[in-house]
Amino acid sequence: MSTPLVMFLVFIAITLGITWWAARRTAGASAYFAAGRRIKGWQNGIAVAGDYMSAASFLGIAGIIAFQGYDGFLYSVGWLVAYLTVLLIVAEPLRNAGKYTMADVLAYRLKPRPVRAMAALSTLTVSTFYMIAQMVGAGTLVALLLKGSGITYNRAVVMVGVLMVAYVVFGGMLATTWVQIVKAILLIGGAILLSILVMAHFGFSFPAFFDAIAHVKDGDKIVNFLNPGLRYKPPYGALDLISLGLALIFGTAGLPHILVRFYTVPDAKTARVSVVWAMAIIGGFYIMTTFLGFGAATILGKAFIASHGGTNMSAPLLAQALGGDILFAFISSIAFATILAVVAGLTISASTSFAHDFYDNVIHHGKVHNPQASVRVARVTAFVVGAVAIAIAIVLGPTFNVAFLVALAFAVAASANLPVILLSIFWRRFTTEGAVWGLASGLLSSLVLIVMSPSIMGVDAPTVAASARHLIQMRPIFPLENPGILSIPLGFLGALFGTLTSRVDPQAEAKFTELEVRANTGLGSEKAVAH
Amino acid sequence: MPSKPVPARSPNTPPTDWDRVAANPEFRDLMKAKVRFIVPATIFFVVYYFALPILVGYAPDFMSTPVVGVVNIAYLFALSQFFMAWTLAWLYMRAADRFDAMGKRILEHLAQSAETKKERD
Repeated sequence: MSTPLVMFLVFIAITLGITWWAARRTAGASAYFAAGRRIKGWQNGIAVAGDYMSAASFLGIAGIIAFQGYDGFLYSVGWLVAYLTVLLIVAEPLRNAGKYTMADVLAYRLKPRPVRAMAALSTLTVSTFYMIAQMVGAGTLVALLLKGSGITYNRAVVMVGVLMVAYVVFGGMLATTWVQIVKAILLIGGAILLSILVMAHFGFSFPAFFDAIAHVKDGDKIVNFLNPGLRYKPPYGALDLISLGLALIFGTAGLPHILVRFYTVPDAKTARVSVVWAMAIIGGFYIMTTFLGFGAATILGKAFIASHGGTNMSAPLLAQALGGDILFAFISSIAFATILAVVAGLTISASTSFAHDFYDNVIHHGKVHNPQASVRVARVTAFVVGAVAIAIAIVLGPTFNVAFLVALAFAVAASANLPVILLSIFWRRFTTEGAVWGLASGLLSSLVLIVMSPSIMGVDAPTVAASARHLIQMRPIFPLENPGILSIPLGFLGALFGTLTSRVDPQAEAKFTELEVRANTGLGSEKAVAH
Repeated sequence: MPSKPVPARSPNTPPTDWDRVAANPEFRDLMKAKVRFIVPATIFFVVYYFALPILVGYAPDFMSTPVVGVVNIAYLFALSQFFMAWTLAWLYMRAADRFDAMGKRILEHLAQSAETKKERD
């Protein structure tokens, strides 16, 4: 067996070992879904960072910067600043008002069944979108890593799916939290190591490094990769950038797998501390994408990366160029663990939402029944969501940049989830109809606009390879890559329309007082569970 | 049409803890203090952040102006966003400690008044 393969298997054995250890300590519904609310602030901060720094951050941003320079760095910026929305507006009220999922906050004031049904649908959609990107990343990575051993992109995608299900089915929230912590530390370590090696390549001279970035050879032209405009070009580039910014800044606070993390801590203060920890880690990591992305652009060049696995493989290929096969295997296994852990986190939030929101509350009307049954439903959901994501990742194929794909999940979250979360926390008049309309209009408009965008629709020349062809051979109807600029306002408008055309709901308004007090003082919030 | 919202409970039922806390001047102070911090902070970071994609999108030539060696305004402004985010997070942490203390006092007073009520009964 080759070195990369051996290291790879060792790594997977370690992470599954942690899952097994955690699984032995997991008992009861609260433990399975929310790790008993006993996770400490710094631990949760690392776990939030781990959930967030997915294939998109490590593989995707490095790839976008390597190919399109400065414009790619804007993903890094948006993904950090987004945490201010989480910190200032969403994290603490959510922790105080909810129990297991984002929908708890909506159901607190509104009629639980319609609201939970819609919220579960939206959670499943966002998680699946996010997961597709991880599957694409994993597929290209493993196909590159095990080149010549017969494992293709499609088979690699299926492999990750199976591992993911093992994680969630046996481990629950506690296991995925620990896996996130281990992986986040490794990911940061790997990024620091690569950054140092990039700087060593330039004799630890920042002027030399930046000078190289300003003079990148692209074919027979010399391009300044520090200048904007390599990805976002007129006529729609500027609008697309703003649209992307809106999706990133307002999408993070609507991501179900990030929001559920705030239920694993004992109180709102710990939730806040964990956001700040996450911001420190995530920010540090994203600053390093300067070295990873521009390093790949200057040391490897676009043409080399394109012919050795494509945009998503920039960081692992950089490792290979700077540290040989061993570093390549190490960085690749970190990337793989990253994907595995994020997929596990996504699956658990999707399956929790389905079990808690749909099965317990919509089908069983929130009445206490056998809690083991809802854990079982969560496990079955994990299988189903995994299978859907695998299927779509295979249809899409390996050519999409994963940071771009994840930004679409952010757009869906920002359009469907964020408006209703904000309005239910801050607007007394908000009604059940408003929530259902808001969720539906945000979800539908973002999905439809993505399908009509240039990423899915386009007319290819007959010479374009089958794997790189647009899925729909038609001129794009919507000119922007990211739908945020239109779909986020539509999400808000839907919520406004639904509320104002419905009757004033005195019960929802009375509950608003309760929610306001509870969100701001923690009175009556879910407490930590003792051993 | 009644101008006032319909009360959720009949006037005979005693007000709950929630209503009492909500009407408490200390709670109103807490809410005011939070709004005074969170609203300006949110407006600031949204404006500061969106200045970046707007300038990069509509004034790419200006943003490409080199400042330190080849490093241009675009890169420095993007980098400054990281420090803006960290600074604002740190400021919020400090302010939130104050909010926590206010919230704790409210809950303590609530517990006290509940006890005195029990003694009277």
